[in-house]
Amino acid sequence: MNPTPSLPETNPTALPAPERADLRPENIDDAVIRLAGNSQDGIQSAGAFLARLAGRSAQEVMTYMTIPATISGGPSIFQVRMGTGEVLSAGDEADFLIAFYQHSYQDHIEFLREGGVLLYDSDNVEPNLDDKRYVYVGVPITGLTVEALGGTAKDKGKNIFVLGLIAKIFHLDVEKLTTLIKEKFAGKDESIANTAIMAFTAGYAYPVGNVLARRYQFSTVAKVPGAPDQITMDGNQALAYGLIAAGVRYGSGYPITPWSSVMETLRVELPKYGGLFVQAEDELAAVSITLGFSYSGNLAVTGSAGPGISLKSEAIGWASMAEIPIIIINVQRGGPSTGLPTNVEQSDLFQAIYGGHGDSPRVVLAAKTVEDCFYIAIEAARIARKYSTPVFILSDTSLATRIEAFDEPDLANLMLDPQPDLRPRETFKPYPLDAITQHAAPGTRIIDGKYPLITGLEHDEMGHPTGSPKLHMGMTAKRRAKLQKLADELPVTEVYGEQEGDVLLIGWGSTYGPIHDAVTRARRAGEKIGAIHLRHLNPLPNGLEKLFSNFERVLVVEMNDQGLYGYGQLATLLRARFCEPKIASITKTDGLTYRVKEILGRVFEGKTFPSRTAMHHGDGAVQTGNGATEVAAPLPHDATTAAATARAEAKVSVASDHAGDSTAQRPETYEAVMPSKDQNSTA
Amino acid sequence: MSDTLTAEPPREKLTKKAITADHPTWCPGCGDFAVLACYYKVLEKRQIDHEKIVTLAGIGCSSRFPYFVNGHGAHFIHGRGVPLASGVSLARPDLKVFLFGGDGDGFSIGGNHLEHGARKNINLTYVIMDNFVYGLTKKQTSPTSPIGFKSKTDPQGAIDQPVNAMKKLVASGATFVARTHASQVNHMIQMIERAMDHQGFSVIECLSECVEFFPGAFDPANPRKGGSFEVIDEKKWDNTPEDENRHDTTDELAAYKLAQIPFPGVFGVFYQNDRATKNALEKKWVDSTREKLGQPTDLALLQKTFDRMK
Repeated sequence: MNPTPSLPETNPTALPAPERADLRPENIDDAVIRLAGNSQDGIQSAGAFLARLAGRSAQEVMTYMTIPATISGGPSIFQVRMGTGEVLSAGDEADFLIAFYQHSYQDHIEFLREGGVLLYDSDNVEPNLDDKRYVYVGVPITGLTVEALGGTAKDKGKNIFVLGLIAKIFHLDVEKLTTLIKEKFAGKDESIANTAIMAFTAGYAYPVGNVLARRYQFSTVAKVPGAPDQITMDGNQALAYGLIAAGVRYGSGYPITPWSSVMETLRVELPKYGGLFVQAEDELAAVSITLGFSYSGNLAVTGSAGPGISLKSEAIGWASMAEIPIIIINVQRGGPSTGLPTNVEQSDLFQAIYGGHGDSPRVVLAAKTVEDCFYIAIEAARIARKYSTPVFILSDTSLATRIEAFDEPDLANLMLDPQPDLRPRETFKPYPLDAITQHAAPGTRIIDGKYPLITGLEHDEMGHPTGSPKLHMGMTAKRRAKLQKLADELPVTEVYGEQEGDVLLIGWGSTYGPIHDAVTRARRAGEKIGAIHLRHLNPLPNGLEKLFSNFERVLVVEMNDQGLYGYGQLATLLRARFCEPKIASITKTDGLTYRVKEILGRVFEGKTFPSRTAMHHGDGAVQTGNGATEVAAPLPHDATTAAATARAEAKVSVASDHAGDSTAQRPETYEAVMPSKDQNSTA
Repeated sequence: MSDTLTAEPPREKLTKKAITADHPTWCPGCGDFAVLACYYKVLEKRQIDHEKIVTLAGIGCSSRFPYFVNGHGAHFIHGRGVPLASGVSLARPDLKVFLFGGDGDGFSIGGNHLEHGARKNINLTYVIMDNFVYGLTKKQTSPTSPIGFKSKTDPQGAIDQPVNAMKKLVASGATFVARTHASQVNHMIQMIERAMDHQGFSVIECLSECVEFFPGAFDPANPRKGGSFEVIDEKKWDNTPEDENRHDTTDELAAYKLAQIPFPGVFGVFYQNDRATKNALEKKWVDSTREKLGQPTDLALLQKTFDRMK
């Protein structure tokens, strides 16, 4: 690369080191890095290395990725937000965009923050250098990777080369990263690990200082002595390991995106614990095998995405009627029917609560973060056992595929012993009208000789069929009352942010991060706003009406359709439950996660909010692939100055999001659904 | 509710009385009574621990079975008896898992599960009481109804090729396939006992007359009704010339040939082999995995996994 001429805002004489390639350090708290390429380029694994590194460095991390629905290849992104503060959402805008291809550049450049850095493969990308909003850093990534690795690897390894570049720019811990790379390839051919290290070293050694004036350094966090280590995993792994911690040792499933990786993990892990996960011939068999496991005294799990849950519905109704405990995971995707297999949506709430014929009460929980996937699995198992009931866990595509670092759980106190209780009983009634059913598994001797029958027919206390009106009323009430009892023991719902005031936001599931970020940002601007996040959706926790009364407006934020009457699924439920006319709805059906400013734009129409405090690039050089350089528009250096904040201030509007969070799967009708407002708001 | 006992009370002999529950709701004269009686007899004869007997069923007239047996049991949904029983069998090798059902439950709505339960060779015994008609819903065509059978859904006579139960079961990979007749009690007991002793997916098709909606359907195989009950002559492996012509139950092609014989066909064991069960194969995997890991505690195992995620 050619050396760059001196830049107006980086006076070389003011720098302590004379060598031009030295990057000037700048402390930052938080950075959003988006890698955009094709799925076969391994950008997911490069991103995962960053996420795990952040976890090991006691930093917070949140990732966001898209996978193409095609079988092999296709545009794909991996976004990592890492930082020293609390990281709740994957970030509305990227500080750094790494574009491998022209299409990556074109599809994602509008997602780059003004003043952000575009790092592009100058062998494949020709950016529009006349657009002065960004800092351009061209590196011949493909050519240098091939050069570093020799001919046979072709351009495989450019993900790791880029990882080296990022490590240099962000002053990441090289030793930890190379250890992670070695661990990742441990057990494989040694040459693979060596090749990866070579690619990493080449990327790290690239004189990026010639094209970028500063390097960034995360504020270090001193680890509190005795504080738990961080572990890094995705939501589906967290569900699987949560179930294992909860003593769930059996299950059955059928492959479907985005659920499959839960069953893949359990299939491999459960035998280690003496258990078993069976891949069934279909969804109906999967839930039925699972019920067989549960009936045999071993609480078991099945799962799927919406289409598969539809197929399981009848058997889940049997579990309600027969009062058999079972955990059903629904990793939601866009519906209905085959829908959007790789996109996110929260449109299966009604299905979970009401997706059975007859009055078939079941418990429905929803995980709010990756960490919560772990804990909610434990809670689901506890509830299923205590109330002998089907329990749904709702997750979704975004939780399933994103990686978070979280405090290592206290396993010694969480692990449960899964052994069924087969001790003999003097006498036994499976369905006592005056108590919550607790089954005696087969193998249990009943000394008075009257054995229990488990059934989907309406039954008497011994499980024998009955058409008695009195018994049907009594048993229906029994099955309902135990869920009401569960509601009584649920913890009091806590309000995040303002405890009273203008707006209360209500969310459920994976929208936790953006909703809470939105509350934080709006409060900073003086808004009286709070939020509650419901993990228990059926039954709902008691006492919500008191919270509603403390706010002028109650807005339910969810990723589903507004329905025929203008309300999303949870909003509809809450309105029916509380008859509270001030409950209104914020919904969307673009198959993408909420962005913070999208929520703010819907809550406070027409108002503007400062964007998050983040790294800023006050300077930067424009480097084209052929070595020509230009200077980007200078910006203030200090990320936290009022000037910078003002500069980065994004006028909030829904339509402004159109430009940003782009993937190839953006629906054509987006603008028709969401009335267009100010298209130029980010400019 | 229950009172859990700590001491193991003494065990009494298992009698027919102990395992008899509600009086069956079947129509008088239904073939299923005989199947139930044979089931009692086998359980009594073999003195299986009462609490280890698990009687499961899907939906149908014959699937009412568990209500008439006093023992652990479950009445499940239509057609999914095989996967339910598979779960019980795979998790609990100490139990004796029996599944009962009809032709609609087994060959129609549950046909896929029959196929895969057989293929996976799950250790359980499944008795399909085949009456060639839907009885509980009052006379619709069943998957085994013969062509020409007049039902409420085929008033002109059934037109669809019926399922050949023996062929389907052998082709699916069931490792014990037999056929019997509800009027032939001794033969039926023999078949149930052999099925029960078999390690693997053992299925018996038992022709069981629906006196209400398909009376006389199985008379051609009932000697008391002028038919002939032809039993398969199995090889004795005694090196005699007669043995040459006897049926080798391990010969799949020979089983198909027997299955080709037109109705009422022959009765007995069509096919049997000792292919490893899924139960055994999964257990082998569990055991070797645990041995490789050095039999760690659950806590140590999960802790180690989390250590790798740091």
